[in-house]
Amino acid sequence: MGAYIAKRLLAAIPVIFGLSIIVFVIMAMIPGDPALAILGSFATPENVEKLNRDLGLDKPMVQQYFIWLGNMFHGDFGRSYTLNRPVIDEVLERFSATLILAGPALLLCSIFGLLAGIVSAVRQYGWADKVITFIVLIGISTPSFWLGLLLILVFAVKIKLFPPSGMWAIYGGGDLPDLLAHLTLPALTLAVVATGVIARLTRTSMLEVLRQDYIRTARAKGISERRVIYKHAFKAALVSVVPVIGIQAGFVLGGAVYIETVFQWPGIGSMLVKAISTRDILLVQGGVLVVATAYVLFNLIVDVVQTILDPRLR
Amino acid sequence: MAEVTAGTAPEKKKKRGRPSAVRLLMNNTLAAGGLVVLCLVILLALAAPLLPLPNPDVTAPANRLQPLFAEGHLLGTDALGRDILSRLIWGTRVSLAVGISATLIAAFFGSLIGLVAGYAGGRVDNLMMRGIDMIMAFPYILLALAIVAALGPGLLNALYAIAVVNIPFFARNIRGITVGLSRREFVDAARLSGKSNAQILFMEILPNVLPVIIITMSTTIGWMILETAGLSFLGLGAQPPQADLGSMLGDGRKILFTAPHVSIVPGLMIFVLVMSINLLGDGVRDVLDPRLKSGALSRPVARTAVTRTNVPDVRPKTGTTLDMQGLKTEFHVGGDIYKAVGGVDLKLKQGECLGLVGESGSGKSVTAMSIMGLVPTPPGRIVDGVALLEGDDLFSMTDEQVRQLRGSVVSHVFQDPLSTLHPLFTVGDQLVEAIQAHQPLSSADAQKKAADLLAMVRIPNPAERLKAYPHELSGGMRQRVCIAMALANDARMIIADEPTTALDVTVQAQVLSLLATLRKEHNVAILFITHDFGVVSAICDRVAVMYAGKIVETGTTDEILSAPAHPYTSRLIACVPVLGEPGRRLDAIEGRPPVVNNLPEGCAFAARCPKAQPDCRSGEIPLAEMSEGRAVRCLYPETKEPIDA
Ligand code: SF4
Repeated sequence: MGAYIAKRLLAAIPVIFGLSIIVFVIMAMIPGDPALAILGSFATPENVEKLNRDLGLDKPMVQQYFIWLGNMFHGDFGRSYTLNRPVIDEVLERFSATLILAGPALLLCSIFGLLAGIVSAVRQYGWADKVITFIVLIGISTPSFWLGLLLILVFAVKIKLFPPSGMWAIYGGGDLPDLLAHLTLPALTLAVVATGVIARLTRTSMLEVLRQDYIRTARAKGISERRVIYKHAFKAALVSVVPVIGIQAGFVLGGAVYIETVFQWPGIGSMLVKAISTRDILLVQGGVLVVATAYVLFNLIVDVVQTILDPRLR
Repeated sequence: MAEVTAGTAPEKKKKRGRPSAVRLLMNNTLAAGGLVVLCLVILLALAAPLLPLPNPDVTAPANRLQPLFAEGHLLGTDALGRDILSRLIWGTRVSLAVGISATLIAAFFGSLIGLVAGYAGGRVDNLMMRGIDMIMAFPYILLALAIVAALGPGLLNALYAIAVVNIPFFARNIRGITVGLSRREFVDAARLSGKSNAQILFMEILPNVLPVIIITMSTTIGWMILETAGLSFLGLGAQPPQADLGSMLGDGRKILFTAPHVSIVPGLMIFVLVMSINLLGDGVRDVLDPRLKSGALSRPVARTAVTRTNVPDVRPKTGTTLDMQGLKTEFHVGGDIYKAVGGVDLKLKQGECLGLVGESGSGKSVTAMSIMGLVPTPPGRIVDGVALLEGDDLFSMTDEQVRQLRGSVVSHVFQDPLSTLHPLFTVGDQLVEAIQAHQPLSSADAQKKAADLLAMVRIPNPAERLKAYPHELSGGMRQRVCIAMALANDARMIIADEPTTALDVTVQAQVLSLLATLRKEHNVAILFITHDFGVVSAICDRVAVMYAGKIVETGTTDEILSAPAHPYTSRLIACVPVLGEPGRRLDAIEGRPPVVNNLPEGCAFAARCPKAQPDCRSGEIPLAEMSEGRAVRCLYPETKEPIDA
């Protein structure tokens, strides 16, 4: 087991390298003078020249990449010119806010998705299945940013149940109930699409598993149908659902971009959107790299969970 | 014959009323609904220049924020006094165009990468797919954001970004299909005929992967429309004065509290558009997916459905463990009815071993699985007959009664122990579960009993082995575990469905002798299903030979082996695998068994029988008793010949 985890960790290293190359290449695509793009339109020629030297832009591409990578490695992601603070500080601060939002959302969509999928499969073609299937389809087809607005209108404006935006109350607040109140609507909105995807997949996996020989064996043993479904079939179905939960984590992290904008959640998504419109390239670069790396690491955990579930992978 | 037609007609009608058909219909209605809505939206978008709409970009500050159904503005006006209906239709045009273009670009490049990687294989494949994996290692939208950040906000850049992040879906799907295709004969043939790689790729392979490309497009297009709208919503896509649905929504958001309709309306349009595409896509997929058609994705219930129209009145005989009479089991797939078992009688005395022999497809397994209701429903169902287990009819019991008998009085051993043991639980867990299902033992006691059971089936180190997962054991060991499980609760009958077929010859012999010994020790009756007369001779007291869902010959093992009466039986016996000639098996009988949804009149074996006469092909041929406990379903049995001659 330990050896397996070590192996997976090692395998993640080239992936993270690959990520950094892609980000580097994308940033190199920026038309015009990168220093100008980084410093913004008010840059003085001296500053531009200094930055060009700092970034090593006078050197060949490959060398530039390694200088850049070396800086990253030391936690030096540069300085945001709009915020006038180190990129890494801003990114980590914002990313923790995103995690507070995305974590519960992922939990919600896993729980609801699995439940809905099981019920759907067990009641295949029954009314519960039809209703769930239809709701899931609606969930998958709804633009999450629009759903967020609707929820704000209904639950924050019409019925004043939740605050419409932000992470904390401006006056007072700052405690857990305050956070939960602010978290509910955005987390729910963020979870909707992923719930649908997970529910669909769980349903299909359950149906496939329920036809397997070992399910017949379980029934031939005379154990209760409940046990057959929730122990034997569910565990087997989980093996194919877990990797998808890993993939959905990516969609939840990405979807956070919309949800954070809609609910003015001070996370990394809304930071990125603002940074893009103000052309704060270093901030974009740092944010993208950190989130992508976190995603790779998360999938590493998913892999390990997968191995715990399925002894054949060990 | 008349009876059969009369029987099938109402069956078919009933079939249409079954949930699966209803669901298929409902799905199609939904899909049709999706298609209609989608067509309407597209038509509306296409007709935008022809419609009498106000200019979507003309501002009228005096007329700003008109509500829904205002005079002259059906959907009101936005913050600059522009007509929302007009903007909506023009915006839909843009959103559709962007979504479709992004899909086409992603499909083009993704398919190209997939085709080349799949066809070239080796290094090229590896390199390209690594690159694709890298793109997939990013959270989806994030990469799009990075691209937009580099290129700068704008509708076209958003389009490229969304297209790029969707390339992997196409590349992976298409590569998978291409890898399979490039090993096919027609590709080799093309290569031999001197066609260039490019010619083969685009003339031979591309037409075959086109359906997959189209399916992938239909599943991603809704998503791409959503995502491009999303980027516009964030202000990173369409820039004013250009507007798509997303940017309209984004603009409206700023005045959400005062004029919600300005943002709600365009959002609704995105939803309608994407929903209709998804409905259509699902419907199409449901119709195309072969698994759905064959019923391979329908959930089998806990017990085979019993739909007997009349319950035969039979008197239980004492001393028999199993007395089955007139069993008919059918499979209803699509509109077809497969009569897998067409009226079978079986009797099994305490401690006796009966071999049920036949080729695959003869209905022997279905017969055996019908006893405890383990034939999957849907599509299977028991339509006639009784099965008396020690005097009680299994087919009239409640599900709970049957469940209590399963694994206790009657247990099963199945063919392939790798697929019949749960791969994710240890052998010990599975044994303990079997024990505790019927005995109120504590976990520790059940563990001990499980170890004893393993020792009983001659597994060394039983306590150690309990912790093993099925895949860690050899095939023979696994089957021993299955046998141990079957004996966990002192069963009085074991139904063994080809228990040795998946094992190699020496292991087969060991498992057989183990079964034979345990059977004597525990005085348990065995219904032994096999296609192999070699196995039959090793363990069975009596034999029933099945063909096309009916028993064609019964008798003691000695009688049948020494003097088979039915031509089919004699051919089966001739096919006993010969040592050193592993190829010589059952399939050595020429021809194939008839398909059971369309059985010929008369003898089902006639098409393959060398002795067939014209009268073999008409009328029902009865199972005629030859002597006590010996019967044959043949007009010209083999044993008669020498006498006649
Ligand atoms: S009934 Fe006729 S066709 Fe059928 S097995 Fe006997 S001889 Fe052959």
